[in-house]
Amino acid sequence: MIGLQHYLTVSAILFVTGVFGIFLNRKNLIIILMAIELILLAVNINLVAFSAFLHDLVGQVFAMFVLTVAAGEAAIGLAILVIYFRARGTISVDDVNRMKG
Amino acid sequence: MTGSVTLAASVPELILSIGAMLLLLVAGWRGDEASRGISWAAVALFVAASVSLIGAPSHAGIAYGGLYRADAFAGFAKLLIYIASAVSIMLAPGWFSRTGAMRAEYPVLILLSATGMGIMVSAGDLLTLYVGLELQSLAAYVLASCMRRDLRSAEAGLKYFVLGALASGILLYGISLLYGFTGTTQFSGIHAAIADRGLSTGILFGLVFVFAGLAFKISAVPFHMWTPDVYEGAPTPVTAFFASAPKVAAMALMVRVAVEAMGPATDAWRQIIIFSSLASIVLGAVAAIGQTNIKRLLAYSSINNVGFALIGLAAGTPEGVASVMTYMTVYIAMTLGSFLCIIRMRDLDGAPVESIAALSGLSRSRPGLAAALAMFMFSLAGIPPLFGFYPKLAVFGAATNAGYFWLAVAGAVGSVVGAYYYLKIVKTMYFDEPAPLLASSDDKIEGGLIALSALAISPLGYLAIPVLSAATLTAAKALF
Repeated sequence: MIGLQHYLTVSAILFVTGVFGIFLNRKNLIIILMAIELILLAVNINLVAFSAFLHDLVGQVFAMFVLTVAAGEAAIGLAILVIYFRARGTISVDDVNRMKG
Repeated sequence: MTGSVTLAASVPELILSIGAMLLLLVAGWRGDEASRGISWAAVALFVAASVSLIGAPSHAGIAYGGLYRADAFAGFAKLLIYIASAVSIMLAPGWFSRTGAMRAEYPVLILLSATGMGIMVSAGDLLTLYVGLELQSLAAYVLASCMRRDLRSAEAGLKYFVLGALASGILLYGISLLYGFTGTTQFSGIHAAIADRGLSTGILFGLVFVFAGLAFKISAVPFHMWTPDVYEGAPTPVTAFFASAPKVAAMALMVRVAVEAMGPATDAWRQIIIFSSLASIVLGAVAAIGQTNIKRLLAYSSINNVGFALIGLAAGTPEGVASVMTYMTVYIAMTLGSFLCIIRMRDLDGAPVESIAALSGLSRSRPGLAAALAMFMFSLAGIPPLFGFYPKLAVFGAATNAGYFWLAVAGAVGSVVGAYYYLKIVKTMYFDEPAPLLASSDDKIEGGLIALSALAISPLGYLAIPVLSAATLTAAKALF
């Protein structure tokens, strides 16, 4: 029987994978965008699982909002990536270092 | 609750969002040549939105079925946000005209961002909080990279986007946990659930994640690492905007979440806030010392200042919340004033100058500008005759009255350490050998705004204390 804990565990694993995807990845900025999507999807699994568990619709409504905003966020992220690529000629993470930090 | 009351409660957001859509059409139709007209129209919209705060938007109470709050706290925060946003628009045309054409989207994006900030400070539900925060952030990512041909601007936008999206993800994860373990997304419901059933581990995890996400938005340590890079890389008017309005909005949101939703868990979040505030004060002061770029230095200064404001929140009393709002009020005057001075700095070819070394001997070549910048620096350091001293006194007083005397002492020690790098700038301007001349400037708007913010932080500001303390206390009482 699959219970709430199983959903929460999967979601926690996805969330941690996403966070590590941002910090450990040294190759490609596109992978960072994918990691961000992974984090948002982990949150959605959480919200929908809680919503079903609590018999409360708010969680599912919230998940729809998250999906919508994630689409807008990905669009803006890709647009910024494009202008960065035009100016710099590479999307390697190691090269994002014009300013020290 | 009838529909008209609900609509009336959100008039400022309606004015700004509808106005932003119309101006976006104008920008699309007329292109960049209309940017000056669009800027003034946007400033007019901010004035209209501020005037509308006098009515229902600051005392209608709960609207949209609990999603939205229109109380004195939201009204006060919105007034600050609108003033800071309007100034950020007014200071832009002069700067952009020297570095390349101003884009017509700049004022529109600030309008949209300010709409998001209005929703943030009026949030009564985790859903409104998230949507408002994202509207503010998405517009801000675009603003940071709005100089498309400039590599530093693109890189600033990229860094801001990646770390901002990560922070939103962390915040959302916390929201999902709070929802799951309290069964509601309404602040009042979460408050009641914690009061009834106590603080479970799940709620505690949610609380930590939510505060981590919000700490990123106010750039408090340990989530500050984006601030110096983004402040340095973004165009200076955009940096001025980032350092003022979104800071006020995120700080007000953090206060509202802490008090309205997490009130019964005060002892739990107070530890987080105290750690974050002391760490911000220390890091902001120490890391700023070695900086050579003045925008980077002001980024550390903003981290430092956020630390002081958080001391007021750590007190957790109405007096403490009032002192946070007092701090933010004076902070935006000081920070906008400093950035206005930086915007005026440019070499004889018209290129913007950002290095601190270029300020050497400014007192001889540009005495007025040097005096104004020195005033802002003294005020940021909190040196008494200037008004920047008062909000520090207010947060320390609130912490002492709440029984956190040691926190006030630690903050006072931190402010002494922080004074070093502010004084170093004053020393560079007044006592160092003159650097190559900076071009003189006759932009009346910039000059007027500098004079106005210098007036606000001058000792004359103390005359405003009765009004300011009454307004902030009314705002704070709306939360308790």
